Amino acid sequence: MRLSRRTKAGAIAGAAVIALVATGCSTGAEGGEAGGKIELTVATFNDFGYTDELFAEYEKENPNVTVKQNKAATSDDARANYFTKLGAGSGLADVEAVEIDWFAELLQYSDKLTDLSSPDVEGRWLDWKEAAATDADGKLIAYGTDIGPEAICYRSDLFAAAGLPTDRTEVAALLEGDWENYFSVGEQFTAASDAAWFDGSGAMLQGILNQHEETLEATDGEVIATTNPVVKDAYEQVLDASPELSAHLKQWSDDWTAGFANGAFATMLCPSWILGNIEGAAPEVTGWDVANVFPGGGGNWGGSYLTVPAQGKNAEEAKKLAAWLTAPEQQLKSFVKTGNFPSQLDIQDSEELTSVTRPFFNEAPTGEIFAERAAAITVAPFKSVKYFPIMSSLQDAVNRVDVDKTQSADDSWKQFEADVASIG
Amino acid sequence: MTATALADERRVRRIAFGNRLSHWDFKLSPYLYVSPFFILFAITGLFPIIYTAYVSVFDWHIIGGQGDFVGAGNFEWVLGQEKFWIALRNSFSIFLLSAIPQVILALIIAAVLAQNLRAKTFWRMGVLVPYVVAPVAVALIFSNMFGDQYGLINNLLGSVGLDPVGWHSQVVPSHLAIATMVNFRWTGYNALIFLAAMQAIPRDYYEAAMLDGASKVRQFFSITIPSLRPTLIFVIITSTIGGLQIFDEPRMYDTTGAGGSSAQWLTITMFIYNQGFGQTGGGQFGHAAAAAWLLFIIIIVVGLINLAATRAIASAGTRNGK
Repeated sequence: MRLSRRTKAGAIAGAAVIALVATGCSTGAEGGEAGGKIELTVATFNDFGYTDELFAEYEKENPNVTVKQNKAATSDDARANYFTKLGAGSGLADVEAVEIDWFAELLQYSDKLTDLSSPDVEGRWLDWKEAAATDADGKLIAYGTDIGPEAICYRSDLFAAAGLPTDRTEVAALLEGDWENYFSVGEQFTAASDAAWFDGSGAMLQGILNQHEETLEATDGEVIATTNPVVKDAYEQVLDASPELSAHLKQWSDDWTAGFANGAFATMLCPSWILGNIEGAAPEVTGWDVANVFPGGGGNWGGSYLTVPAQGKNAEEAKKLAAWLTAPEQQLKSFVKTGNFPSQLDIQDSEELTSVTRPFFNEAPTGEIFAERAAAITVAPFKSVKYFPIMSSLQDAVNRVDVDKTQSADDSWKQFEADVASIG
Repeated sequence: MTATALADERRVRRIAFGNRLSHWDFKLSPYLYVSPFFILFAITGLFPIIYTAYVSVFDWHIIGGQGDFVGAGNFEWVLGQEKFWIALRNSFSIFLLSAIPQVILALIIAAVLAQNLRAKTFWRMGVLVPYVVAPVAVALIFSNMFGDQYGLINNLLGSVGLDPVGWHSQVVPSHLAIATMVNFRWTGYNALIFLAAMQAIPRDYYEAAMLDGASKVRQFFSITIPSLRPTLIFVIITSTIGGLQIFDEPRMYDTTGAGGSSAQWLTITMFIYNQGFGQTGGGQFGHAAAAAWLLFIIIIVVGLINLAATRAIASAGTRNGK
């Protein structure tokens, strides 16, 4: 059959219109309930370890529900999406994941979120994890997923070449102590090796500050970043160590990722969730191991929550799903898959968790190690609304000296003071 | 009144009505035909511009929504930010570093493509390939190549004994790297626009010039360039608008997307995004809207200056040519 150009175009246009009308109808019919079934969406970022099999399991237990997951690439994308749609009053998923760094910002608008308190989940989480998710009126607005207890990851091959012990218990004994000790072992190492001791000063600063309750903001909300001696001391300490010990890599930069494959540094601070990143950055490198130790005691870095925005139509069902996803059994599966360490109290010392090992890290018993590192956490840093912008400026200040080498430590601090003043 | 008179009157009236219809058709139809564009523009272009102006005079939070009326407060705040001025400098610097080489290169490529080459279509499609690649993919590849410690380019520099360049730490190198990405993407596109315009130049001019013994180079400067005047104006204006709004490439230039530790490659559009949506800006839509309006005004001013300058240059060129 030969069609003239005009009839062909007409046919295509007609088909397109029909298709449009058809899709228009079908989306209209779905909106939340399709054929008596409730459709719930879960929005996460990076990797929460929520697999299709996990959701299938939930659907089996709750035949009236179907679950769909939307994954954002980064926590930054997730935040922009969350805040925009929370402000607009529609468009959010039924269950939305939140990262601890921007949680405080969200907490100000807790009236836009569903109250998740329930007798079923009482006492499920570590105290400080749950306290951070409770708003001024005592409303629990989020269920904790994971926390980031910190250990030290090290390259045993580089350690051996520099004449340091390689066994993880010996390394733990070697590094046991304060930050001073960690840096002085580093000097010993760099004297005998071409590699640097740690990846970058920014990460060190984060590690130190996470061990203090009041750092950038006082608990009454006042900004004390530029006057707090804790911050200034940590800043000076990491930058003093920078010239000799740092690989001058900014965390998450392309150079940092390439640094893993190039053996640029021998140790790094290791919140449990970073194990997957180390493995992914250079899967061919052998020699990574985890030592059950952290300078200056325990420390937590990062961690996330699930929230249920009040704008959703199926808040009750969403709450049920969030409670199920953050139940110890499910969080354990996520830990095995991704290394996200559970914030749930019950399984911290359960057999299933402590028996987990990680082949890439020389079969290190990561379950046992991070359970002990979690128990060592004594301080929950206070993070309020301005924590994140100020922390970014502080990281910039460190990176100007450590990575860019464009400013002296004093000049960079002065610029930091100006930056904080403009954040207000 | 007789029946015929009534019929006459009716006929007269019908003709008059028909006349009026065709009169309307004549007067209105052209506007109706172009109206879909303007209706769409009003919804997607004009309304956001006006609404942004409305937002810019309020204290407006991303979640909290509209707050108190602050008048020019947001504009004062933005103008008082050191980073805004750095961003302005960066936008202009990246724009100049990309627009100027781009137009010159595109002209040369178009002139070459206009010659009698073998496999013409292949070469013409070839220059368009970079334009088809997604900007984010381009940025990912280039930012990797421009790595400070382990990048391809610094490795090459090192192998010929040169010092590595701080592509992500120094101001000018970072602008050069970003301008390279922009040029990679847009030069071929502009070359094709120039090529199309070049082919519309009457061949007689060239024949006459050849008889007079003018060289190829002389022909290019005395015939081709002056004849391209309207196209040059178009390309320069569009690349001004695009250049001052540059976002994808600098944002993807490193993984945090904040423009560097001392705002080395923070552009105005990134500044706006950070204020409104970024983690460091605190969701201040009022500040973002004020900065967006300032950018709008800057683009109009620069566009007008460009228009005047291009007109002057192109007409001067014609006069010299004659």
